[in-house]
Amino acid sequence: MRRFILFIPLIIFVVMGALFWKGLGLDPTELPSALIDKPVPDFNLPSLVDDNRMLTQNDLKGKPALLNVWATWCPTCKQEHAQLNKIAREEGVTIYGINYKDERGAAKEWLRRYRDPYVVNIFDEQGALGLDLGVYGAPETYVLDANGVIRYKHVGAVDEKVWLKLETILQQISTESQG
Amino acid sequence: MRSIIVVFMLFLSLAANATIDTYEFKDDANRERFQQLTNELRCPKCQNQNLAGSNSPIASDLRREIHRMVEEGKQNTEITDYMVARYGEFVLYRPRMSASTWILWYGPFVLVAVGFAVVLLITRKRKRVNEKQEDSLNDKDKTRLATLLDKGKAE
Repeated sequence: MRRFILFIPLIIFVVMGALFWKGLGLDPTELPSALIDKPVPDFNLPSLVDDNRMLTQNDLKGKPALLNVWATWCPTCKQEHAQLNKIAREEGVTIYGINYKDERGAAKEWLRRYRDPYVVNIFDEQGALGLDLGVYGAPETYVLDANGVIRYKHVGAVDEKVWLKLETILQQISTESQG
Repeated sequence: MRSIIVVFMLFLSLAANATIDTYEFKDDANRERFQQLTNELRCPKCQNQNLAGSNSPIASDLRREIHRMVEEGKQNTEITDYMVARYGEFVLYRPRMSASTWILWYGPFVLVAVGFAVVLLITRKRKRVNEKQEDSLNDKDKTRLATLLDKGKAE
């Protein structure tokens, strides 16, 4: 018993060391989304391309898809744009866009110049939908299932590595719905 | 002398924790509520700042929302719920009591209690050892000790 007591400080040290070691590897800027497993919030916003067409949360239902928050003022969005084009064109994945606090003209010009990976783009000029989604920095990419429920959220650029992760989640969702 | 003080005053600065947007309030109670809320809510983008002190666009959007809700007469709990629903528990600088945060609230008290218990245990043990030492020889040992001491004296 006495011997054991002598080892208590060592045990505490090892446990704390392990905890801190793990803490070093975590990214503190990555917030867990509060909306995982919740449907996309209700909205009623115009389409980017067609001012007269109003879009709602029901337009995001139908099949598993990505929902990408972007803007022309966001440099990282430009960085990920080629990857999004690749995902949409080569992998045939549906990508919805939210044009977040942007100017319509600049956004249209951007899509014309860098090609358009989006099936449809929601024009969120005031950032109201962004606020309801808990967007805190563009770009953000959500994985939606066929019912428009948010299954995963990624903050930051989508690159090859992130796409692999998103792809497995998309595959999981489609096997779920089949089974 | 006075000029020296003035010079020193120039170097003195107080922590400024304010942003430039101006809001009108119905009354002082609302203003106070707004200030308290923006001080206690964390900016999701620049994580070591509260909403009151951050200049990031998301913080100013959230300040606008909070201002709107305060003026609409929403309760503080409703406003924090609104924020937590979007950004998670993370935004609260004053975490709520829940299964995952009770350790933050009660951990220090638990540690103090453990410390007290350890001190108590140690002092008790000491006391017991001291008492034992006073009366640790049985009769046989005592007579033996006496003879040994006598022997030493005789020599």
